[in-house]
Amino acid sequence: MYFQFANVIVFFLLAFVLCGLMMGLGMLLRPANPSPGKLTTYECGEPPSGPAWINFNIRFYLIALVFVIFDVELAFVYPVVTVFRDWIARGQGVLALAEIATFVGILAVGLVYIWAKGDLEWLKRLPVEAPEVSASRRAA
Amino acid sequence: MSITVAVFYLLAAVTVGSALGVAFANSIVYSAFALMGTLLGVAAMFVLLGADFLGVVQLLVYVGGILVLTLFAVMLTHRISDVNVSNRAVGRLPGFVLVAVVFGWMVHVAGSARWVMKAPGAPAPTTYGIGEALLTQYALPFEVASIVLLAALIGAVVVSRKEVKG
Repeated sequence: MYFQFANVIVFFLLAFVLCGLMMGLGMLLRPANPSPGKLTTYECGEPPSGPAWINFNIRFYLIALVFVIFDVELAFVYPVVTVFRDWIARGQGVLALAEIATFVGILAVGLVYIWAKGDLEWLKRLPVEAPEVSASRRAA
Repeated sequence: MSITVAVFYLLAAVTVGSALGVAFANSIVYSAFALMGTLLGVAAMFVLLGADFLGVVQLLVYVGGILVLTLFAVMLTHRISDVNVSNRAVGRLPGFVLVAVVFGWMVHVAGSARWVMKAPGAPAPTTYGIGEALLTQYALPFEVASIVLLAALIGAVVVSRKEVKG
């Protein structure tokens, strides 16, 4: 079992060593005469506009929050999936399926809740009376 | 066995080093990124102890989920770069004293605790056993966990939605 995980560590080490080697060699070989134009952030050739650290939309936070919950759900479901074939072979597949279906079903209630409340929509509709106002707000 | 010890010290160095980075970084964004090294180190430590499933879950949930959430939370704070977001209400000296007291206490507890010593067996995949246990012995906690997750999901969404409106 350790062999597979040792591969991961070797990959990490290789990544660090290669990056360090390339950047270190580059630092040794290149001439250093910086100018303001050279030091600007590269944004596809355009002059950069604004800082890189901006305030994200709070939608990102909500989506990440929901993602974490379903991430944990996946962590619970995965070990059951590994034994599922053996449970079918033992003739208890329906029982295992029922347990998993209960687990996923209870969480699906949450998904239905946030879906119905419109939290998953990227541009949440604001409760306004005139549709024109809503369209202009969405553009903003 | 000595290579295991060497790997342990490497992982410990990565974990503790990036934890120091979290504590001492001046920018909260750098703190959040340094947290990735700590969480990765802990995940690798789980694997080294033979808990492969726990290590992968640590990677999946903490590095893949919680850390992204933390980064979004950091990016939501106002004026990230030009404010020194650090607690200046208490000076460094009381902080060091507090940390030293807690550290000494934890060392004392670790030294006086009666640890269950177990001869390390050959590391085997643990996922199958966890799956069996979840379906038989721990079926009820397994289902209760989904209700806890449901409550967390709805609660978190409700709280963050109020923040949007307010």
